[in-house]
Amino acid sequence: MFVLDTITHRLKRGCETMAYPNGPAPALPDRHGGALKVEASKCADGCTACIPVCPTQAIARPPGQPVALDLGRCIFCAACVEICPQAAITQTGDHRMAVTRRDALLLGESGHEQVRLAVALDEKLRKLFGRSLRLRQVSAGGCNACEADTNVLGTIGWDLSRFGIQFVASPRHADGLLITGPVTKSMELALMKTWDAVPAPKIVIAVGACAIAGGPFVGHREVNNGADSIVPVDLYIPGCPPHPLTILDGLLRLLGRLDEPSRPGRGALAATDR
Amino acid sequence: MSAASPFALLANATSLPWAEAPAWPVAEFVRATATELNRGARLCAWFGVPEASGTCLVAVLAFDTDNTLAVGRSTPLTGSYPALTATHPQAHLFEREVWEQHGLKPEGHPWLKPVRRTAGSAPANDEFFRVDGREVHEVAVGPVHAGIIEPGHFRFQCAGEEVLHLEIALGYQHRGVEAALTGGPHRATRSQMETVAGDSTIAHATSYATIMEALAGTEGPLRAQWLRAVALELERLANHTGDLGALANDVAFLPTASACGKIRGDFLNLTALICGNRFGRGLVRPGGCRHDLEPERAAQLSERLKIALADTEQAVAWFWDAASVRTRFENVGTVFPAQAREIGMVGPAARACGLVRDVRYDHPAGWHRFAQSPVAVWPSGDVFARARVRSLEIQRSGEYLREQLAAPAAGELAGELAPPRPETLAVALVEGWRGEVCHVALTDASGRFRRYKIIDPSFHNWTGLALALRGTAISDFPICNKSFNLSYCGFDL
Repeated sequence: MFVLDTITHRLKRGCETMAYPNGPAPALPDRHGGALKVEASKCADGCTACIPVCPTQAIARPPGQPVALDLGRCIFCAACVEICPQAAITQTGDHRMAVTRRDALLLGESGHEQVRLAVALDEKLRKLFGRSLRLRQVSAGGCNACEADTNVLGTIGWDLSRFGIQFVASPRHADGLLITGPVTKSMELALMKTWDAVPAPKIVIAVGACAIAGGPFVGHREVNNGADSIVPVDLYIPGCPPHPLTILDGLLRLLGRLDEPSRPGRGALAATDR
Repeated sequence: MSAASPFALLANATSLPWAEAPAWPVAEFVRATATELNRGARLCAWFGVPEASGTCLVAVLAFDTDNTLAVGRSTPLTGSYPALTATHPQAHLFEREVWEQHGLKPEGHPWLKPVRRTAGSAPANDEFFRVDGREVHEVAVGPVHAGIIEPGHFRFQCAGEEVLHLEIALGYQHRGVEAALTGGPHRATRSQMETVAGDSTIAHATSYATIMEALAGTEGPLRAQWLRAVALELERLANHTGDLGALANDVAFLPTASACGKIRGDFLNLTALICGNRFGRGLVRPGGCRHDLEPERAAQLSERLKIALADTEQAVAWFWDAASVRTRFENVGTVFPAQAREIGMVGPAARACGLVRDVRYDHPAGWHRFAQSPVAVWPSGDVFARARVRSLEIQRSGEYLREQLAAPAAGELAGELAPPRPETLAVALVEGWRGEVCHVALTDASGRFRRYKIIDPSFHNWTGLALALRGTAISDFPICNKSFNLSYCGFDL
């Protein structure tokens, strides 16, 4: 009886894995806001309204220079969006924001209003990892939100394994690390040992504002302000935490498995940064 | 019971002038605290406040049956004092923490070692407890674990498969949260509160908001209190469902594991429907809430909630119907009620030992003064009981949400908040999905935080996991650990 019930129910539910990336991406929640767009050219002379409201000091405006927002430090609270009198900082609703270079997250000046999205690994690495990427996850001060939204990619809705991407239990079996958290001083040794145990060639992915720049804990003497002070990072995925769709987009982008050269309908910004 | 207490009494989510907290010389203070604990009080918090002439110890007690909290303190001291742990084990981690933070040595503490201090590039773990014998072997697990979870170190002493002793060493996640709060609130404080334990964002953010409101001598608008209560139950639903799925996965019962993994996301998406963030970041603020749940949005929420709850019911029914699941859970990882009481366990783990402990019921604040749901209890103390309590709480949270969404509170969502009063102590307890989240704040003469203490439920419960492993096969560690699912960062702060 029990077995029949289970089978019936499974049949009724059908396939629950989303069509993306072959079909449309699931919509972000309407209040999510997505990536930010910063048009420093719109800023009023001398206006610094956004700077004191940012909880992670992600926005700076040195005298005489345009405003610069570091999306890597941003926790997407939208306080700057609300306070800006010129609408120079706006939400794009776009889930895509993973980058391969840290400075591709610096927004503001002309031509750099939005993130310069990640480019794929070089051909040699893509050949190695493109259809089979094994990652070891290291939480190094993560609050369990980035971890949870990475974990969710393994569930039937997202089914990360259909792309050949899997999280493995040993660094010896891994092609790289996925790091969350600001990298606490107390995790430094463990992270180094894990990194050393991964056979080369290997990649590192930093997920979330903490792993990119320390997040809400930036400047604490107990943390390292992000993973790239300890290990070289190949992919930065902003958010607090990043939406699972943002993480998936980053992973697929890195492996060269997304085919979309530009941002349709969102300005003519090139999708590459090198 | 509390009526005769020499401690200063206060209700949850209120404050009192620091001067009104009675102070005794330390030996007398420890005795007075012990007396209250003997009369049925529970230790919610025990911490030091630096003074010019030393450190004064503060105790926050809960008289659950009287719905009352109590505060007392010692006069400033240096050096050592007679340990409360010697007679009341529930103080053991608190006293280790005070020793680590302020250098006060609790004389007679049986296992005095660091809690979360960093030494170079790893926590200062010190020596582990060791069992000797020819057949005895030691197993070390972590800090980096096999799955996508936070880091911690587990040291098992085993005879064959049987675990004789488990020592849990944490501190890997120490981000300096409490130290940074002194002199606050700062610009980053609110987002730090939301990430104390990221899966309990609503519980910690609500505790913080409640503290700020109590310090201002007011409370948040009713509609905000209502919305916080709704968000708190959504948080509980997501995590409990995820935990049941994870437990199913660990006993290789894949239909429930697959379904619950997905439904957990559905619940998180309901929180995102309210505020845009799946974990509720940015929703709760001191003085109110940032986003409203307008009627149209509430209707959508109710509709999607109904579907997710029905899915959960089905997925969990498979699980409870399977004898192969029940037999893996029964009599595994048992914590006895007397042990749970002695070490001061809280939350679903305590309720799974038959203890009727639930802040929403015992110390109602905010919306829970007007609307409550029955406390879910199961007596057996094993993995089965911890899964069962979660299962019951999913039903009751669902019922609670249905009722609350049908009768929303009207009015403003947020108001202006007066600055915190100087020299004032405020206490806020919130029943997060793991149990009692406790925040205590003490302001200085200018109304800034002189001391801010956070006690995540995990702080009380990690010892419960260690006890659950005694006499259990080491191969059952994963299901025992999953059945508690405690926070590392909430402990490490």
